[in-house]
Amino acid sequence: MKQLMKGNHALAEAAIRAGCRFFAGYPITPQSEILEYFSWRMPEAGGSFAQTSSEIEGINQVLGAAAAGQRAITSSSGPGFTLKQEGISYMQSLEVPAVIVDVMRYGIGLGDIFYGQGDYFQATKGGGHGGYLLPVYAPSSVQENADLVALAFDTAEKYRSPVIVLSDAAIGQMCGSVELPEMKEFDIDRFEWALKGRDRHYPQGRTLTDRMYYDFGYDEYDKHERDRYDAMKENEQLWEEVQAEDAEVILVSYGISSRICKEAVKAARAEGLRLGLIRAITVWPFPTKAFQKYNGKASAYMTVEMSQMGQMAEDAFIAAHCQTPVYSMPTGRDVADSEDIIANVKDILAGRKEAF
Amino acid sequence: MHKEFVFAGFGGQGVLTAGMVLAYTGAAKDYDVTWIPSYGTEMRGGTANCTVKLSDEEIANPFYKRPDILVAMNKPSLLKFMDSVKKGGSIIVNSTIIHEMPEVEGVDIHMVPVSDIAAGLGNARSANLCALGAAVAVAEDIISIDDAADGISGYFTKIKDNGSNIAVLKAGYAAVKQPSADV
Amino acid sequence: MAMTKKIPDTIKGANTFCPGCGHGVVVRLIAEALEELGHADDAICAVAVGCSCLVNVALGIDKIGCPHGRASACAAGIKRVRPGNLVFSYQGDGDSLSIGLAETVYSAQRNEKFTQIIVNNGVFGMTGGQASPCTLIGQKTTTTVDGRSVNMSGVPLDIMKMFGQIESVAYLARGSVHDAQNILNTKRYIKKAFEAQMAGAGFSCVEILSPCPTNWHMEPVDSMERIAGVVSAYYPIGEIVTGGGLNA
Repeated sequence: MKQLMKGNHALAEAAIRAGCRFFAGYPITPQSEILEYFSWRMPEAGGSFAQTSSEIEGINQVLGAAAAGQRAITSSSGPGFTLKQEGISYMQSLEVPAVIVDVMRYGIGLGDIFYGQGDYFQATKGGGHGGYLLPVYAPSSVQENADLVALAFDTAEKYRSPVIVLSDAAIGQMCGSVELPEMKEFDIDRFEWALKGRDRHYPQGRTLTDRMYYDFGYDEYDKHERDRYDAMKENEQLWEEVQAEDAEVILVSYGISSRICKEAVKAARAEGLRLGLIRAITVWPFPTKAFQKYNGKASAYMTVEMSQMGQMAEDAFIAAHCQTPVYSMPTGRDVADSEDIIANVKDILAGRKEAF
Repeated sequence: MHKEFVFAGFGGQGVLTAGMVLAYTGAAKDYDVTWIPSYGTEMRGGTANCTVKLSDEEIANPFYKRPDILVAMNKPSLLKFMDSVKKGGSIIVNSTIIHEMPEVEGVDIHMVPVSDIAAGLGNARSANLCALGAAVAVAEDIISIDDAADGISGYFTKIKDNGSNIAVLKAGYAAVKQPSADV
Repeated sequence: MAMTKKIPDTIKGANTFCPGCGHGVVVRLIAEALEELGHADDAICAVAVGCSCLVNVALGIDKIGCPHGRASACAAGIKRVRPGNLVFSYQGDGDSLSIGLAETVYSAQRNEKFTQIIVNNGVFGMTGGQASPCTLIGQKTTTTVDGRSVNMSGVPLDIMKMFGQIESVAYLARGSVHDAQNILNTKRYIKKAFEAQMAGAGFSCVEILSPCPTNWHMEPVDSMERIAGVVSAYYPIGEIVTGGGLNA
């Protein structure tokens, strides 16, 4: 049954239904509805909720809860997401599966609570120290806020990796009709590696620490990490194509910006302009497989995103493999306008726009 | 079928709620629905608005662009949005507080004293629902007044008897349908 | 009657602490307390960074290596999802009272129902003996080369005083490992803290004064005498809160 829900609420409810039974976090706009929703819903579902003293304490409580085998989640935005990075790096070194939500807002420093997509680099390039990677899902609707948070838990456990859901203020604040997933429950003891007290598998107890120390030698460790990331790249790419097959120019976008791109594709087609769209659903791994289909065939790619200089544009440039030129349309604090998108595309075709 | 609504007014006039009731009604009818509020720095100055879109296809852009229907509860909102209304579209004007209506070419103007109507029915706080009823009167190809009444009952589940709210909704509808009626 | 030397099964093997370090004694006391209370099999330890992380090779129970200063937050998360397990953090004073002070104080403030073990030796040991929040006035370290001054660094931090203001705390004690009597008392404190936790009474903490001959640049015996003298004079030993918390 479909129901009308706010994006942030749909995400929180879907997490509960995906079997998540632990949340710890801190208020910050525009993600606070997630925290507020969990504050009553988590105890109702038999889970535990903590409003912590900071995002740092929040992510570390999640680290503990997830290491003990519970499906656990935290959420934040802007500067709060920065404070999560230390914990995310540790989660990846301990290989602890958990879900971190970033409801992106605009700007560096304090920035503004307005819509933004400026955390792309931080989310997709290993925002904490040491050079790790992790799957990042970018919902573009209330429905995907629900679907992708549930998928994020499955992916996290599949690879024993933290996973980010990179939502944004528009998707979080808007309401839409949503079909919620079925309620699931998980046995907290289902993982052999998870903390539970010593047992026949670990008669001297588990030592769940940086896996480099006890589980691998230093030499084996690099390969182990490379293999994990390679497997994610091979298996987890998700994207949606809109009329890309015969497109002269293919837009590349994600999240709220991609919705405007869809409108632009429709409007362009109505006036005979063959425009298409690749919408990244995983922004890491970046959907390079979609590009492989169109590299050398399409005349141009154009990325559309809410950042100042273009961030996804760099990934599109790499994915285009110098076979198709890439153009960038960063819209900064403004949500893109479909007429501007079409004007930019016409500039590309007329040779008036500089390539990225 | 695709309809774009903007509800705009002072904070406290219930424009976000009126839009939510419409969105709820649309979702119950299995339309794709988006509701997105004015937000952040847009909120400064005490005005609020929301955009609601209903469609039998996937809605791409949730933001307002060329609304079919504008509900303007105060003058600043009217001035802000009236030129964006689609040709052939409609503006519902809260004529209780907006007495002069500028010319807008190709758009139907409905002067509805929504605050007076709601007050006259002893439910002054639901002027927003009166405006919603008026909006439904110009959007009947996508939503009926009975759907909207069901929407009120379904949305305000904490209110035991929505009879008075529905009466105000229907009075707003009637004010557009029979503008000569004495209200 | 012949004396038998019994090593708790929960001790994995020889530890890797420096000669004369107090950590080894504390780890042994924890192992004995867990076994005597019947909780060695369900215990989970949130291990701090620094010298504390050497408990990974010493203690044969489930452990997690936590980010700098965050062990109490991790312990809280573990305890919240596994309330039936005995959960404790094992942290130094640098870790728990400097970078991790917010996590430490708020674990107590929020009445997180695990036990925090703080081994207080007044220096950052693993990083080479820099000043910690508990470095005493006049004490020379690599970052207080002329001795800690009140003017530059304020007075040493007393976590028991901070915790003592929080009415919901279940059990608080400060022990020491500088002589046999204090070692026995400290073991009793650890057991009482664990018991308070398993009774669901609330947050519990045992701070333990411990020598660091390496970074104090002292002989082990002299280090013990320093605790008996100047350290315990500033940080009084004994129980601060008993029978507190929800069962009070």
